Amino acid sequence: MLMNALLLALREIRRNLMRSFLTILGIVIGVAAVITMVTLGNGATRMVAEQISSLGSNLLIMRPGQRLGPGRDEAGAPKFRVADAEAIKSQVSALQAVAPVVGSSVTLVAGNENWSSTVSGTTNAYFITGNWKLAAGRQFSDEDEKVGRAVCVIGNTVRDKLFGHQNPLGAELRIKNFSCEIIGLLASKGQGAMGMDQDDVVVIPLLTAQRRLTGNQDVATLMISMQDGADTSRVMAQIRQLMRERRKLAENDDDNFNLMDTKQIAQALSGTIGTMTALLGAVAAVSLLVGGIGIMNIMLVSVTERTREIGIRLAIGALEHEVLLQFLIEAVALSALGGVVGILLALLTCLGLSALMHMPFMFDPGINLLAFAFSAAIGVVFGYMPARRAASLDPIEALRHE
Amino acid sequence: MNSAPAAPLIEFQGITKTYGQGQAAFQALSGVDLSIQQGEFLAVMGPSGSGKSTAMNILGCLDTPSTGTYLFQGVHVEDLDRNQRALLRRHYLGFVFQGFNLLARTSAQENVELPLLYRGESPAARHQAALDALALVGLSGWEHHTPAELSGGQQQRVAIARAIVTRPLVLLADEPTGNLDSKRSHEIMELLVRLNQEQGITVLMVTHEPDMATYASRIVHFVDGQVASDDAQEARPC
Ligand SMILES: Nc1ncnc2c1ncn2[C@@H]1O[C@H](COP(=O)(O)OP(=O)(O)OP(=O)(O)O)[C@@H](O)[C@H]1O
Ligand SMILES: [Mg+2]
Repeated sequence: MLMNALLLALREIRRNLMRSFLTILGIVIGVAAVITMVTLGNGATRMVAEQISSLGSNLLIMRPGQRLGPGRDEAGAPKFRVADAEAIKSQVSALQAVAPVVGSSVTLVAGNENWSSTVSGTTNAYFITGNWKLAAGRQFSDEDEKVGRAVCVIGNTVRDKLFGHQNPLGAELRIKNFSCEIIGLLASKGQGAMGMDQDDVVVIPLLTAQRRLTGNQDVATLMISMQDGADTSRVMAQIRQLMRERRKLAENDDDNFNLMDTKQIAQALSGTIGTMTALLGAVAAVSLLVGGIGIMNIMLVSVTERTREIGIRLAIGALEHEVLLQFLIEAVALSALGGVVGILLALLTCLGLSALMHMPFMFDPGINLLAFAFSAAIGVVFGYMPARRAASLDPIEALRHE
Repeated sequence: MNSAPAAPLIEFQGITKTYGQGQAAFQALSGVDLSIQQGEFLAVMGPSGSGKSTAMNILGCLDTPSTGTYLFQGVHVEDLDRNQRALLRRHYLGFVFQGFNLLARTSAQENVELPLLYRGESPAARHQAALDALALVGLSGWEHHTPAELSGGQQQRVAIARAIVTRPLVLLADEPTGNLDSKRSHEIMELLVRLNQEQGITVLMVTHEPDMATYASRIVHFVDGQVASDDAQEARPC
């Protein structure tokens, strides 16, 4: 009997290709939309987390101004000095390294090649705070840092763009208006989030940058890495206290600097992304609903014809439950097919978009299951319910249905 | 019925059928008594609206009477549940509808195979029986046409093929020749007579045409939901 019902159901699907196709389409769109949105959202969240953690764990970042992010009021706030970095390092316990950093966007030239990148002027501490390893060459010597020699350590991308696969050590690199000698090559960290290339960097001694690029003694950012297991809030409180003293802030003045721990940054960012994901998910849920209504429509429109069909089947001796089994199989088959195609489509889309946006692909079985179950439920309910009503009629009534 | 030589195959006792309720109620059958023996060929005649189709639907277990007793092989049909009536239709009855009622977008052959499918017959047996039935009604070569691709008369013959493919105990036909030209009509009537005489199928047929009724061994006239006359006759020889 199951075989018969299966045969009849498949026949019916084939016979009503257009209706079957539309039903499947509704489910495919709904399922694919929801899964794509949620999967991409998860990927984005994960990407941000990875990006933050690639900054180095136990990392604090201090910048002038009251808060981080867009619209930060940096203008009036005094910058830092190298002495600030030294004071923090010597007076706050449980710190690993404090790196004063100034950055500048520049055009690099080597031989006939040129490349736009960012130059960071800093100290060797930067390699610790930024989790950088050297692939070749050396860090800055004390001498390099003290007299501001024209030497640099370059990232892998800069090497690729300017030197190809040649050994860049010892070569000359023109940064804006001065030449420096390449003394080190950083080990590649790989592609960062959103296509941001972490290896696209040039590091030069702080003094060199201040003299040749910025022309003042300001330090834009302090990167502070704590020792493993350090009490982050205590360290932050100490640094904050120290900086308030150094900047001579009165008791009731606000901080004119901003100290953030990477976890806080991560939380702030992933909070935003979480909101976005929820929003997209809601939009997707609406599309699932619309898909569901589409299915409902198709099913209800075909009810007249189907009621007559059921009447005919009953009249020639089909039992009510045989007819219902057929309709159930038909609805399940269509919904399942739609669900599977929707999931495949979503996964393909997600794989493609993830690759395009350099995001990790995060397969979420829960949402796949949920979307599938929802669409299947819609398909089954609206495919099966009208049939159930029709099959409970006397055959002659079902046949008379108009 | 006391004088019947054997227990009748079908027996109607005071069958009534009322459509609608209250003011709008309409009594389509008002007390029909009818007794049909195995092997009879019965023609039902009467003016339009006299309750012929209503009676046929009840006879075919497609509809239930409002009151009265319907005995099929001594079984009280009015006491059977839906599934039992469906099984009765499946195993004993073949029905040709006034409006064909074929499955749309379904080939003639699949339409004819359908009753066998519900009987659980093997695909090969279904296939062969359907081809044979279609050949009997003169539709060889039209197996793969869907109802939309067939003329009214051809659809009617597919409907007849579907009703006889199971070799039912009783064949109920509501105006089986209503859409056929007179040559085809006579062919169909000869087929029914053959099924009646060679296979012992009891045939109950509604017709408007006195010419077709001459093939029957008994003619029942309906007027206003009641049996007005019930006469045995010498069936016309084929
Ligand atoms: N479902 C229904 N609801 C209400 N009245 C009905 C219904 N079916 C039939 N009738 C009425 O019952 C009466 C008998 O109908 P029936 O179809 O049995 O007539 P008939 O003898 O077969 O006529 P015809 O020769 O035109 O086919 C008609 O007056 C009709 O209007
Ligand atoms: Mg009628």
